[in-house]
Amino acid sequence: MTTLTLSRALNEGLRKALEDDPKVLIMGEDVGKLGGVFRVTDGLQKDFGEHRVVDTPLAESGIIGTAIGLALRGYRPVCEIQFDGFVYPAFDQIVSQLAKMRYRSLGKLTLPVTVRIPCGGGIGAVEHHSESPEALFAHTPGLRVVACANASDAYTMIQQSIICDDPVIFFEPKRRYWDKSEVDTEADLAGAQPLDRARVTVEGSDVTLLAYGPMVRTAIEAAIAGRESGRGIEVVDLRTLSPLDMAAITASVRKTGRCVVAHEATTFAGLGAEIAARITEQCFYHLEAPVLRVGGFATPYPPSRLEEHFLPDLDRILDAVDRTFGY
Amino acid sequence: MTVDADSAITTAPPELIQLLTPEGERVEHRGYPLDLDAEAIRSLYRDLVLVRRIDTEAIALQRQGELGIWASLLGQEAAQIGSARALGPDDMAFPTYREHGVAWCRGIDPVQLLELFRGVSHGGWSPEEHKFHLYTIVIGAQTLHATGYAMGVQRDGADEAVIAYFGDGASSQGDVNEAFVYASVFNAPIVFFCQNNQWAISEPNERQTRVPLYQRAHGFGFPGLRVDGNDVLACYAVTKKAMQAAREGQGPTLIEAFTYRMGAHTTTDDPTRYRVASDLEAWKLKDPIERVRAYLARSGQAEPDFFAAVDAEAETVGIKVREACRTMPDPPTLNIFDNVYTQPNPIVEAEREQFAAYLASFADTAFADSDGGTR
Repeated sequence: MTTLTLSRALNEGLRKALEDDPKVLIMGEDVGKLGGVFRVTDGLQKDFGEHRVVDTPLAESGIIGTAIGLALRGYRPVCEIQFDGFVYPAFDQIVSQLAKMRYRSLGKLTLPVTVRIPCGGGIGAVEHHSESPEALFAHTPGLRVVACANASDAYTMIQQSIICDDPVIFFEPKRRYWDKSEVDTEADLAGAQPLDRARVTVEGSDVTLLAYGPMVRTAIEAAIAGRESGRGIEVVDLRTLSPLDMAAITASVRKTGRCVVAHEATTFAGLGAEIAARITEQCFYHLEAPVLRVGGFATPYPPSRLEEHFLPDLDRILDAVDRTFGY
Repeated sequence: MTVDADSAITTAPPELIQLLTPEGERVEHRGYPLDLDAEAIRSLYRDLVLVRRIDTEAIALQRQGELGIWASLLGQEAAQIGSARALGPDDMAFPTYREHGVAWCRGIDPVQLLELFRGVSHGGWSPEEHKFHLYTIVIGAQTLHATGYAMGVQRDGADEAVIAYFGDGASSQGDVNEAFVYASVFNAPIVFFCQNNQWAISEPNERQTRVPLYQRAHGFGFPGLRVDGNDVLACYAVTKKAMQAAREGQGPTLIEAFTYRMGAHTTTDDPTRYRVASDLEAWKLKDPIERVRAYLARSGQAEPDFFAAVDAEAETVGIKVREACRTMPDPPTLNIFDNVYTQPNPIVEAEREQFAAYLASFADTAFADSDGGTR
């Protein structure tokens, strides 16, 4: 076990993937000498060369479009989109090509492309640097969508995503890049939690709190606060957003009878809406209260001096938890 | 092939590379000596006639309700056959949705093309087996896939090159311009083959560009040239040379095949609303097939028997395509759920099971069809 920041854990995971498979490539803007604006690819170009860690022209559609071509040729590209708000120029290539090409080919083509996207707010950034576009990709059949929340998962999940033969949209919680946790870099990947499984992070019996990515830490803090007031909050780190691990979600909700979903993304038509609908369908007779959602408002992301009000925090989550006991 | 240091790009008259005039006269071009014997030219003629016959049949099948839509290649046969016959067996081609002639040269059964336009599949052939990627319908998207594929060829150190097909309308797309940038800065082994058929549905070439399209290449840092797109020999020669340059590490070339879309954009389109009949008449005189026929006949490289045999073969192919199309079954209903992911996906599988159960609930009613689905 070593203690790593989430950013460093990703770096180690990418390094391992580059070592394990000569077909793995890293491509994106500033991923080479600079090591990425968040230093996730720090030192990789120096060790693996310019042909495997590729500084691309500043054109996101080009990053994904050429990655598709490289995948068709047998490579396994890992693309970095520098910030969440810059993925949209590549949206057509992701949604119309990357997601659909296997289906189009009747299964003859395989596109093992990983798209890394630093996501979420809370870093005091200018516009387009704090968004949470995961629902757009979860809504797109053919893509898998995952979100890591801590260094240990970052290390294993990035490797599992690269090994996965389907395209994976890999969300990285940018305000947690510098959070440290224990990572076992010696552990066998085969023994790790599978990529399509959620994880109960804090056990509790009174209410289920579903979170992913940057909200997981906030959810754990809420559970600790809840415990002090005698309320058992069970935190489930979803980890996978498409597919959803409904077995884990429903197991927890059937136990607690209450559920709150928290995410930074706009609540309207967000992941929480899909989760709430499915819980209602599958756990109706276990529910003591409607599934409540806590998330961003139905507004564009505000200027950063206001973001602390936009982002769900401990108090807004606990408020929602309290409201589930009011029915 | 080097970039011309031509500062007066917009005023220089475009050179049109031609080896066979519309009247069927062979002309020499010092940059493009032709390495084809009489048999090879006869073979190109056969390709041209057969793909036009398949195209004619497909239009008829659409009119009779057997196809949902068809995108005709009429007028573009030479650009497609010439360029595709110039490819090596391992060279990869990335088409739009109109490259039926290229598909023919890559060994795709025409019936597989009809599957897509009938709505039976989105494209069922094996791209690697034929070295011909699936049709791409989003305009220009495939130029980036081709460029990425070429970057892979480069990493493999393979003696191969890639060709990306697109049209004059696509030249305005961001993806095509990004493909030019990527191919240029990485010196990728790729040929960009633009069939400028003058029309992007109803929009003329002038709505896409103020300069001849081939001159765009200069700004991206690689050579561009314009070839008579109705001259199969010239299209063959320029493509062969550009592909060889790509294989030798000289990077990309843009070929603008100057041609004309003789038919509608697709069978849903009505070109009489936006273009004049006299244009069409003028281009009819430049027909890509007639000039080869005239040349072969006049130079004594083909006898009347040869032309009759090709026409008879075309009829046979037309009938075969027609019958195969009319008897093509719909796919089984539950194929909807296949091949979304490489592994079973719980969301997709749950929906498959639910829908199968729903369909099965009609099994004992008069509404059930032969494969258990409902109408």
